Amino acid sequence: MKTLIDWIDNRTGIRHAVNEALYENIPGGSRWRYVWGSTLVFAFMVQLITGIFLWASYSPNAKGAWESVYFIQYEMQGGWMLRGIHHFMAQMMIVLLALHFLQVVIDGAYRAPREFNFWTGLILMQIVLGLSLTGYLLPWDQKGFWATRVATNLAGLLPWIGDDVQKIVVGGTDYGHATLTRFFALHAGVLPAALIGVLFLHMVLFRRHGVTAVGADKRPAAYFWPDQVLKDAVACLAVMVVVMFFVLRGYFFAGEDHSGLPIEAHLGAELGAPADPSTPFSAARPEWYFLFLFQFLKYFPGEAEIYGAIVIPVVIMISLFLMPLVGNWKIGHGFNIALIVALLGGAGFLSFVAIQEDRANESYHLATEEAERNAIRAIQLVQAPSGIPETGAVSLMRNDPKTQGPVLFAANCNSCHAYNPVAELLPFDSLRGEGLVPPAPVSGPNLYGFGTSKWVKAFLTPNPVRMEAEIVRKDEERAGKLGPQQSNDPKEIEVVPINSFHFFGGTSHLEGEMAGYVTETMSDKDEWSDEDLAAIVAALAAQSGIESEAELGPDKIARGNELLASEDHCAMCHNYDAESDYGDAVDLNGFGSRQWLMDFISNPSAARFYGDNNDRMPAFNEDPHNEVSNRIARRDLEIIVDWLRTDWYEPQPAPAGAEYEEPSPEADVAAPTS
Amino acid sequence: MAKNMESIPPQEDRRGFFSKAAAVVIGGLVGVIPFGAGLATLLDPIFRKGDKGEFRKIAALDAIPDDGFPRRYPVIATQRDAWNVYPNQPIGAIYLRRLPGESTVEAINAVCPHAGCFVDFNREAGDGGLFQCPCHRSDFKPDGERLEPETCPSPRNLDTLEVDQQKLAKGEVWVEFKNFKAGHPEKEPIQ
Repeated sequence: MKTLIDWIDNRTGIRHAVNEALYENIPGGSRWRYVWGSTLVFAFMVQLITGIFLWASYSPNAKGAWESVYFIQYEMQGGWMLRGIHHFMAQMMIVLLALHFLQVVIDGAYRAPREFNFWTGLILMQIVLGLSLTGYLLPWDQKGFWATRVATNLAGLLPWIGDDVQKIVVGGTDYGHATLTRFFALHAGVLPAALIGVLFLHMVLFRRHGVTAVGADKRPAAYFWPDQVLKDAVACLAVMVVVMFFVLRGYFFAGEDHSGLPIEAHLGAELGAPADPSTPFSAARPEWYFLFLFQFLKYFPGEAEIYGAIVIPVVIMISLFLMPLVGNWKIGHGFNIALIVALLGGAGFLSFVAIQEDRANESYHLATEEAERNAIRAIQLVQAPSGIPETGAVSLMRNDPKTQGPVLFAANCNSCHAYNPVAELLPFDSLRGEGLVPPAPVSGPNLYGFGTSKWVKAFLTPNPVRMEAEIVRKDEERAGKLGPQQSNDPKEIEVVPINSFHFFGGTSHLEGEMAGYVTETMSDKDEWSDEDLAAIVAALAAQSGIESEAELGPDKIARGNELLASEDHCAMCHNYDAESDYGDAVDLNGFGSRQWLMDFISNPSAARFYGDNNDRMPAFNEDPHNEVSNRIARRDLEIIVDWLRTDWYEPQPAPAGAEYEEPSPEADVAAPTS
Repeated sequence: MAKNMESIPPQEDRRGFFSKAAAVVIGGLVGVIPFGAGLATLLDPIFRKGDKGEFRKIAALDAIPDDGFPRRYPVIATQRDAWNVYPNQPIGAIYLRRLPGESTVEAINAVCPHAGCFVDFNREAGDGGLFQCPCHRSDFKPDGERLEPETCPSPRNLDTLEVDQQKLAKGEVWVEFKNFKAGHPEKEPIQ
């Protein structure tokens, strides 16, 4: 063994090199305060190792970046830990940088002859910040995407060359493949190489001048090995423990239980919904260590932004670079300490203000909640058996009725139609959630659960029930019972549901023939027995196909179908099972089914539906051959319809109507007792 | 900088031993965690099983001429490529051959067992045509057997595939598509 080492040493001088490294002289001996530089080198080495492994699994393109990060996080063994370490060690580096920097300034370690040491350190700090900024975009999730857009837009503020710099960095005018390839080249190639180069200089200079042994004159000198190495190792261990705490935190504090989500969702670094330039993301914030800058920019409106984003930061950087020179003056060192404390304090204060403002900001809360919901939904969708298509995970999100439905409904339907549960009438359904804020005034039916047995049952209930007065306000006003002033008083009145705003809204149908038929004929036990009412509810609900026939009861459906087709009952006005000759009222064939809803919304004034009796509902997709002329694109309409029918992918077997109890024969159509 | 010490190793002492051992152990430990997590992801493919062979419909029986010549057909299946899933993709190709007057079909994987090149069927070569590998000139007879086993670079005959006989009786050709390890004398499926 010794011969082999001798042989190598003769040719390489390795012994001398190792001795140089280990037996560096430390005046005053090993101290805990010297560990910061070593922990930073350690943190960088960890980033290098984890980064190269991540590189082996990452795909820098707009249709593969999020997807490959998902694959690392959720599918590859140990992937969440690898990503988590890289993510949190990056943040740890910022903390260690601040501590290292603070100590150097306070100890006056920038003084001659260590100026270049200090300057290379400042350059290293810039490179590390650059690595953080570029790395934030790479997962290509909503958060990174929107936060980084802000950063590159700031680059566009540079005088004269701003636009060109922005185009070079972004790889064009729009974010996409080229942005990722460029950011990745910066993050994994250019910046680490630059960091290694400058770090080498920084360390050579450090070895040349040694540590700044403030107040250590009386202690004996010692070698770097083993005592200082041990202290450094213990400090690195502490760093690693802190990082691992954050990586594993979700395991111990899982917080909300998102059933159906794998454990990886709570471990390591988070992954938001895939980036989508067409979906606004008001929860976009930079990483916490840039939060002060984000807050700072709020104070520079409009044209003045360049001062906050470029001029002042550049002035601060210059003053940092001048510290070694300033430090030569009598009060210079004191000034430098005051400056660094002011800067860190200011940054801390601004970050605090930013957090406080967000905490008090209701819309930011809603945005973060939505971001979280979408992130969970994205994972559910890509874990569906159909997997991620060529068009990327973002296309799954764009075509998902569960998340897109409410957005499209709010934009196109919600100005007339309500979609929310109503106590005693339209019961809450966990699949549908709380619904949307109802419009005021409501002019169309509440579509919460449209086509389900609960909805049909409520619609056809002939017995008056007590409802909040606000709901029937217009009704009362019309009857001259209430003045507009009184109408805001909370009170309850008795009304048959079909005469309330929940079903025919504010249309003329509120007091039309159907409403009259329900209140007068269907309330007559001789005309409509309770069994027949239950049967008609089951038969109509069966038309929509939302609930299974087994759930609704095949016998009831059969009886109901007879009533639907009977000319003494429904077929008196409605078309059912007839080949042609639409009745005067809405066609009940396939009532509430996907096709029926598509056709109805496309053109409610068609002969098959309301014909001339249509009150105000516009045709949304009248001309299939000319998409541009339609109020809404066909694909969007399909999403709305699928959402109304709760036709979307759920990871667990929870079909629509799973919340509903098997209706008992007695309670089926009986009016609520209260 | 103090000049009273040179960069030379001091004499070993017992007190230093604990520090040294601890430094080495802790230093190793903090390095093992990130490296281990990375290594796990790198080795991930080893623990991932490929698609099991599955019977897939290739063609209708009456669409295959009974002239004894092998013809190439694509194998269409759902392809999983890491995170992506592509439905109805050609995931490979096989040769189907029907002898004159017979209603049985032979299925042969189109990949050469020598080094994995794609073999061509050349009707003009030999008597009644030959499978010819473009890479190292292995020749196979129309039934997949090596023409000259002694000198052929391929260690085994072309890989035959199983045909579902029940489906065949109904006029449909379903084949259990598998790929096999190249370079071995034995036919061993890749999983």
